Amino acid sequence: MREALVQVKNLGIGFTSQAKLALPILRNIDLQIREGETIGLVGESGCGKSTLALAMMGYLKSGLRVLEGESLFRGCNVFDMDKQTLEGIRGGELALIPQNAGQSLTPSARIGRQIDESVKLHTDFSKKERHDRVIDLLLQVRLPQPQELLKRYPHELSGGQQQRVAIAMALAGEPDVLLLDEPTTGLDVTTQAHILELLRDLATETGTAMVYVSHDLGAIARVSDRIVVMYAGEFVLEGSAHQVLKRPAHPYARGLLLSIPRLKEAVVPASMPGLPPPPGGAGQGCAFADRCPMTEQLCRDKRPVLEPTAVQELVRCHFPERVEQLPLPESPKRRDRSNLDELNNILRFDNVAITYAKPSIVDQILNRQPDVTPTVDKIDLTIYRGETVGLVGESGSGKSTILRAIAGLLPPQSGTITYDGTKSLNTSVGEREKDLLRSIQLIFQNPDASLNPRHTVAEILAQPLRLYFGLSGDELRERCVTLLEQVRLRPDYLERLPSQLSGGEKQRVAVARAFAAEPELVLCDEVTSALDVSVQAAVLHLLTQLQVNHGTTYIFVSHDLAVVRALADRVAVLYQGRLCEMGPSENVYRSPSHPYTEVLLGAVLEPDPDAEPVLAAEDAVDLFPPAKGCPFHRRCPRHIGDICDNETPPWQPTGLGHAIRCHIPLGELRDMQYQSATTH
Amino acid sequence: MMTTTNIEYVKKKGVFAGFLTVLSAMISRSSGLLGLTLVAFHISLAIVSPAITPYDFKDVNAQIILNAPSYEHLFGTDSLGRDVLTRTMLGGRQALLVTTIATILAITWGGFLGVLLGLVGGRLDEFLMRIVDAFLCLPWILVLLLIVVMVGSDPGVLIATLGFFYGIPVIRVARAATHDVVAQDFVTAARARGESRSTIVWRELAPNVLDVLLVEGAMRWSWMLLAFSSLSFLGFGISPPTPDWGMMISNSLSIMSLAPWTALAPVVALSSLIIGINLSADALAKAVGIDRAQKAPI
Repeated sequence: MREALVQVKNLGIGFTSQAKLALPILRNIDLQIREGETIGLVGESGCGKSTLALAMMGYLKSGLRVLEGESLFRGCNVFDMDKQTLEGIRGGELALIPQNAGQSLTPSARIGRQIDESVKLHTDFSKKERHDRVIDLLLQVRLPQPQELLKRYPHELSGGQQQRVAIAMALAGEPDVLLLDEPTTGLDVTTQAHILELLRDLATETGTAMVYVSHDLGAIARVSDRIVVMYAGEFVLEGSAHQVLKRPAHPYARGLLLSIPRLKEAVVPASMPGLPPPPGGAGQGCAFADRCPMTEQLCRDKRPVLEPTAVQELVRCHFPERVEQLPLPESPKRRDRSNLDELNNILRFDNVAITYAKPSIVDQILNRQPDVTPTVDKIDLTIYRGETVGLVGESGSGKSTILRAIAGLLPPQSGTITYDGTKSLNTSVGEREKDLLRSIQLIFQNPDASLNPRHTVAEILAQPLRLYFGLSGDELRERCVTLLEQVRLRPDYLERLPSQLSGGEKQRVAVARAFAAEPELVLCDEVTSALDVSVQAAVLHLLTQLQVNHGTTYIFVSHDLAVVRALADRVAVLYQGRLCEMGPSENVYRSPSHPYTEVLLGAVLEPDPDAEPVLAAEDAVDLFPPAKGCPFHRRCPRHIGDICDNETPPWQPTGLGHAIRCHIPLGELRDMQYQSATTH
Repeated sequence: MMTTTNIEYVKKKGVFAGFLTVLSAMISRSSGLLGLTLVAFHISLAIVSPAITPYDFKDVNAQIILNAPSYEHLFGTDSLGRDVLTRTMLGGRQALLVTTIATILAITWGGFLGVLLGLVGGRLDEFLMRIVDAFLCLPWILVLLLIVVMVGSDPGVLIATLGFFYGIPVIRVARAATHDVVAQDFVTAARARGESRSTIVWRELAPNVLDVLLVEGAMRWSWMLLAFSSLSFLGFGISPPTPDWGMMISNSLSIMSLAPWTALAPVVALSSLIIGINLSADALAKAVGIDRAQKAPI
């Protein structure tokens, strides 16, 4: 057996509350990391994953202290080390890659200098040797043209490139253990898939042990040999990746798995109700008892211990053998699409172009339009009453821009948007009638930013009610309570401030605010991408339920095709503000698809240890849309020649309202995609 | 890490209750408690001092010139035989009155203009901000002196001048705070809802900018006190015989080695007030959460 690099023994970390009680954030943690091993730490926000990863480096956030146990690195307790020894280990032997790489790079220093600094810290190379090493590192993280990149500043790189630079910096000290704290959360699916592949390759190339922290089992599944599931600061399940993902022996792990949206089926993933208990709130029984579908009296009375099962897993559950027999939770029924009135369109785009470019003074005087390629161009789209249309594409594909145009925040440059057959939406907010404003509502990506931190929930919900319906007094309050009930929050939430709510609860309040206006059309802008997977499932449930009850039309924007699959009746795929593919979702998710759709589909992470993502194209999105030709021609894996570069591809209908904008004949495209599917 | 600890039930808060919450957060730090105590002490002293001073501040007595502290004159007497304790107790009244009103004035007009420019943006904003920059380049003490020499130094003039000059940096702060808030999605949400401009300003913007302005105001207050005392020190402030700390320090300059007590009392009084205001401003910033760097993750 190989030597354990990191050994965490019965570690407990916590803080002292105002009532002088020691509240644990981590309890009884035992973990061993051996050379070359990759361990995935998974759990919802607030389960102590990051705290554990940082504790392995001997780092505690302010206010935290070790309550019991120790964490050994090569046999020495990191909490007993003096500052110098710790500094030597951090970066040199244990390196951390943080979640938001963009924020961890210094904005005012060139990439080359920043990586050079880490190399300098850990080696005694000459300047020339260091330069070569930096180039090596950049090549190692698969960044093209390293000589060029050295001279760039962090803001000149894409999110994925920034994350690669952070990885290169972490590798500079040739660490034995890499700690990755949600390194791909917040990135596009395509970028995420590329980074994960890179990490996998690095693990085999360099033999570095990795601890991968994430709330997403899909990402964990790609990189881990062993998976540890954490809940309320303790390990609830530890086992081989294959075993944990295929046959999870703990109800919490099973719940997490079920909450991941799948590409294969058009159903809303099952959600787990409830929240993890606050530190010290677990009581004497099993911490998961309140949310578990199979809780018995024993679970409430006695805290289960981490015990091995027959298949070499460790499980903290009284009844691990029952988990497999648990019935599948029911999925909410989506609105029946068959009774949609195809003649009753709620929104219609005719050759719409939108631009952020403002006319300069010269342009204003000459009364002419500035000559720039618009951000969004040639959008023809019809949305029927009561359906859900998914708008899919990577960041920068113009999805949000289209929503802003519909909402009147950025009127289109040309073309027409028509609402309800007659009303023009080519106007800005100020020019619209109150009733039109009421019928279109927006829900934003990040509820932290979309709810005013100084307003209570009651105030947040009251705003649309006052504005559109002139409600006040008791009537207003009653309506607020009803709205909270609709999003399944208790009435006592009315007096809370957003900072007193969890991420999922905040997004529910944001949903309630949108529905307060009794809208006909709700624009959902990446509403789940800032949330944990389990919370995402709950929000998707809620949206489905509200649609069934109110007959609302949704435009659902996301970069993740699997999430869109759960909700959308029809899908429009956008690249650089141009439509690539449009059709009913069952057709879009089936071959033949546009090469770009194919790239997006290939990048979706399934929590299946046997599934291989298909990385057909580079993850770097071009900054500007091309002036001519197919918008995707610079990245297209199926590029066929000059025609792609010079001519705008035609819409090729496949029937049933599905069409693909590509030069490759549909039959050929289908054959190509069939072949690559069989080879992978 | 989710901050589970601050998830607690709260009742509907009025303005008064909100004020109490901030106040209790401020005094929960020892530095905040000390600061508030000092400020409260000085303000109450300023209010009640005319009634409780042991002597009349104008009482000149040639027999007790420059007497050292004694039981009759706790802080000694000055070069005209006036009681230093009495004059120190009264010496902050003018300073506090003038600077308090001037601070409110500065925050009001600077904050208003700053928020407006932050909202409007564009060329007007560019143009006015360059003027602000130009004003910030001026050596303020010279400008103050010039105005006082030209217009005179009665309290009204001082209030207007201080209020005007100290409002200029507030414009910058208010404008920056506005830019921060306007970029947030909740403002976009309000715009998309079709809320009127005034609703957006008063409901969405104001509560978020007000904190910043309050803290800025507290800082400006202490700076203004210093400026006011500097003016008196240079002989351009409140006219004698009204007692004033700056003037008292200035008068005792030449006799400092002979009678240090004449300078000690006003110096202690002035610095304790300024330290008190600074500590309170600091505690206020932390209590309302502007000072994010200090916020512990848990």
